[in-house]
Amino acid sequence: MTAIAPAEVGGREDSAIDRARATPRWLQATVIVALWVVAYQLWKGIDTLPLDGLSKTGVHDSLSGWRDDLIANRDTNVLMQTTGWLAEQFSAMTTWLQELISTPPPGRPVPQIGWLGVVALAGWVGYLMAGWRIALLAVASFLSFGLLGYWEDTMDTLLLTLLAVVICVLIGLPLAVLMARSKAVTAALNPVLDVLQTSPSFNYLVPLFLFFGLGAPCGVAASVLYATAPVVRISAHAIRSVSGTTVEATDSMGQTSWQRLRKVELPMAKSTIIVGINQTMMAALSMVIIAAFVDAPGLGGPVLQALAAQQIGDAFVAGLCIVILAILLDRATTAASVRSENLARKGGTGRSTQDWVALAVGAVVVAVCVYYSRLYSYLAEFEWTTPGDRLSDWVQDFTGWFTSTFDTVTTGAKDAITAAVLNPMQSLLAESPWYVSGAAISLLALAIAGLRAFVITVACLAGIYWLDLWHDAMITLNMTLVGALLVMVLALVIGVWMARSPRVDLVLRPILDAAQVMPPFVYLIPAIFLFEVGRFSAIIAGVIYAAPIAIKLVADGVQRVSTATVEAAESTGATSWQMITKVQLPMARGSIVLAANQGLLYVLSMAVIGGLVGAGALGYDSVLGFSQAEFYGKGLAAAGAIVLLGIMVDRIARQAAERSGEETNILTKTRGPGAGV
Amino acid sequence: MQGLRTRRRIGLAGVASAATCALLLSACGGGDIESTDDAAGGGECDELNLAVNPWVGMEASSYVVGQVAETQLGCTVNYRETKEELSWAGFGSGEVDVVIEDWGHPDLEKQYFEGSGDGSAMELGPNGNEGIIGWYVPPWLAEEYPDITNWENLNDYADEFATSESGGQGQFLGADPSYVQFDEAIVDNLDLDFKVVFSGSEAASIAAFQKAEENEEFLIGYFYEPQWLFAQTPLARVELPEYEEGCQEPASAADCDYPVTTLKKIVGTEWADSGDASVALVENFEWTNEDQNAVGAMIAEDGMSPEDAADAWIEENQDAVDSWLAS
Repeated sequence: MTAIAPAEVGGREDSAIDRARATPRWLQATVIVALWVVAYQLWKGIDTLPLDGLSKTGVHDSLSGWRDDLIANRDTNVLMQTTGWLAEQFSAMTTWLQELISTPPPGRPVPQIGWLGVVALAGWVGYLMAGWRIALLAVASFLSFGLLGYWEDTMDTLLLTLLAVVICVLIGLPLAVLMARSKAVTAALNPVLDVLQTSPSFNYLVPLFLFFGLGAPCGVAASVLYATAPVVRISAHAIRSVSGTTVEATDSMGQTSWQRLRKVELPMAKSTIIVGINQTMMAALSMVIIAAFVDAPGLGGPVLQALAAQQIGDAFVAGLCIVILAILLDRATTAASVRSENLARKGGTGRSTQDWVALAVGAVVVAVCVYYSRLYSYLAEFEWTTPGDRLSDWVQDFTGWFTSTFDTVTTGAKDAITAAVLNPMQSLLAESPWYVSGAAISLLALAIAGLRAFVITVACLAGIYWLDLWHDAMITLNMTLVGALLVMVLALVIGVWMARSPRVDLVLRPILDAAQVMPPFVYLIPAIFLFEVGRFSAIIAGVIYAAPIAIKLVADGVQRVSTATVEAAESTGATSWQMITKVQLPMARGSIVLAANQGLLYVLSMAVIGGLVGAGALGYDSVLGFSQAEFYGKGLAAAGAIVLLGIMVDRIARQAAERSGEETNILTKTRGPGAGV
Repeated sequence: MQGLRTRRRIGLAGVASAATCALLLSACGGGDIESTDDAAGGGECDELNLAVNPWVGMEASSYVVGQVAETQLGCTVNYRETKEELSWAGFGSGEVDVVIEDWGHPDLEKQYFEGSGDGSAMELGPNGNEGIIGWYVPPWLAEEYPDITNWENLNDYADEFATSESGGQGQFLGADPSYVQFDEAIVDNLDLDFKVVFSGSEAASIAAFQKAEENEEFLIGYFYEPQWLFAQTPLARVELPEYEEGCQEPASAADCDYPVTTLKKIVGTEWADSGDASVALVENFEWTNEDQNAVGAMIAEDGMSPEDAADAWIEENQDAVDSWLAS
């Protein structure tokens, strides 16, 4: 997410001054909170700006008015005409691709290429891009899509994702080159990219639907907007990092700027650019799934349908296909990146004769498979879907057993945490007068993160105030903070455990990867059975989504603490507990701060999902705006408020980290959000 | 799929090593998978785009109409799965032809009907279902505390309904934001000691009612019929002051029960004027709440695909289907 931004790791001098200052930051913060509590006691309930669920204000109506004008003028508005034309192109491309591998074209009972042909093709492409391991993984994954019973939907999801990624790269690479060349472009684009990445994906659909209509076009457009940022940022960073001496050396041979780009910069930056494409792909995939809300084809549809019919088993199996697809795409692009780096190091084009022979033989096999998949119906249409049905039944039964066995325990935990943390914090944030909360948050930002963060915080809060959603925003902020707190507890406990035991790491990592891309709709119903409708179920959804990235960051951070340091500590007879608290955690502080930052943003991005399970606040407002025409403006305002909250918490966390002089390994350690909102 | 021909089966192992024997086999493989023409009907039906809004009942109605159109009229049927608001916007662009179950959307009518709006949508009569929106409690609660089904006694139980989300008051579970609802106003105007907590989605509401019935917990909330849940858990309706014309206007003054809603079919004007064979089908389509609940339960409870559930119902009720097809 936003932390991918190659943040200037500056402010070291500031922090030196800072440390010299008499009052430490935590003491300042404590004083501010104490004053806040006193002010709350004095004025609670006054000027809290609450707004009923089904109420709206003039600001919201004027935002709705904008939409009404657009619809009224859709035949004459140039922008609407252009996007309408684009939508037709997207639609035509999607249909063409779908008829190739997923949907029967007119006059044919099955797609042009049947499953056997597609599986062979996937293996071949995997080999071409990343070697035989990935080829095997691709074949196994594609077979599993069929066995699980979602062949067609998975193909649709894959097509839309790839289409979006191609467009993202076509748009993103030129932008990246411009950004690498010009500081002005960078300065202009950075805030835009920030906003694009901080917006929860659901919030794209509401405005975009107006321009692109239903189905695949809207899904592709939303994915492109949402997913372009990573490839732009990472590629720009990569091109900028091409060593100055190389560029100078080749410049001295009199190359043109175009030659420099094509012959030197792009090839040398290639492996990092592929990392950018990887992140773009993951983001696009997650958006394509969410686009089921506007009837985009693919796996999101069955998940939503299963949710409405309370078929948790079906939702899980469809979700599993998403997980497998995500892991395949992730591993394939990662392997491709590593491979291209190895090739670059070796120099030359790299493919051996053996390799060419294998590719040629492979091509023949593919041709044969495609041929037969056009010939026989059982090679065209995947019929053996029993494993998927079995798995679905099993999950359905298991969930029923699990929820009915543990719901008293979980409900008790929910009540305890709600009473001890969630409600008191919410009272402080949302039941203080708005100016008290606003001032307190701004001052906390100043104390913890410095002047720049203070200014941004004030601006964001002013925006939220103007959008007339103050009270709801405070409730959402509270859920985000509590969620992030739980995430950090998990991250520290499990992260350290993983770092200290390779075996635990081995077992947990794939589970974490899966949890990160499993669409949250899948576990909403069990969450309700375990934690009842309300804020806590929403927080759980956020925690499940955010914990994996935070846990991995902490685990990696602790693992990086040098063995020499650890051994030195051991030789002084430190206990495990001392080792963790005095050596490993302090030395991994940069990773922990980054984990907190990511935890906050990921939990916040689940706010909309929270609206679907009774958490109310901004999430509900977004869903409401999406559902009812007269509340469109309120939904738009809620989307805006979520973005502002995101920018606010991100900047506070990021600048707090910078001020403590912590290096954050921005490039390799953060990934785009998975298939969440 | 009946047009498929599978002449000879080759094993998967054969395929794996197929590079060499490819030409050999292909010589006698012969033919492509046969092309299929659209079945019956004879081309008077083109494309039919049915909206499927996010509740199972509507899915049932849409798929029954869709399956009839596809198998008995030979239409190409597309299902557009999205929320009402977006479905209506789709009439103008031709992405949606039919919303088979409309619960009344004055705001959308204003925007898209002839006269006040752009005229892209029109009404095509009732679909036979009666929408009964109201306040409901799980069956066990109505049995144990019969007086709870009258609103005047609700305040006596407010404490029992309290949850961690309701801030000391009783919790009233509000609905999916798509639905027509006045619960905040009703609670206020009837001086009920309750707070509306919006479930945010139909799925969440259903899960909450199921859980409340299973564990015998207190729960009161907005619900509606027809809905498949009634086939499994027949929720009990709570009596509110009777509906009278105008008692919900303005919305903030609502202090009465919801009116029984006659569910309507809303269609795209352009499609309705096209004279397509499917127009008559949609125009004639009518069925009862029980019919819909039966198909809905097959989808939701038995986990059947909507196509299969629709086919099963059609098979049992060809008479009704015939009456829709009669012009």
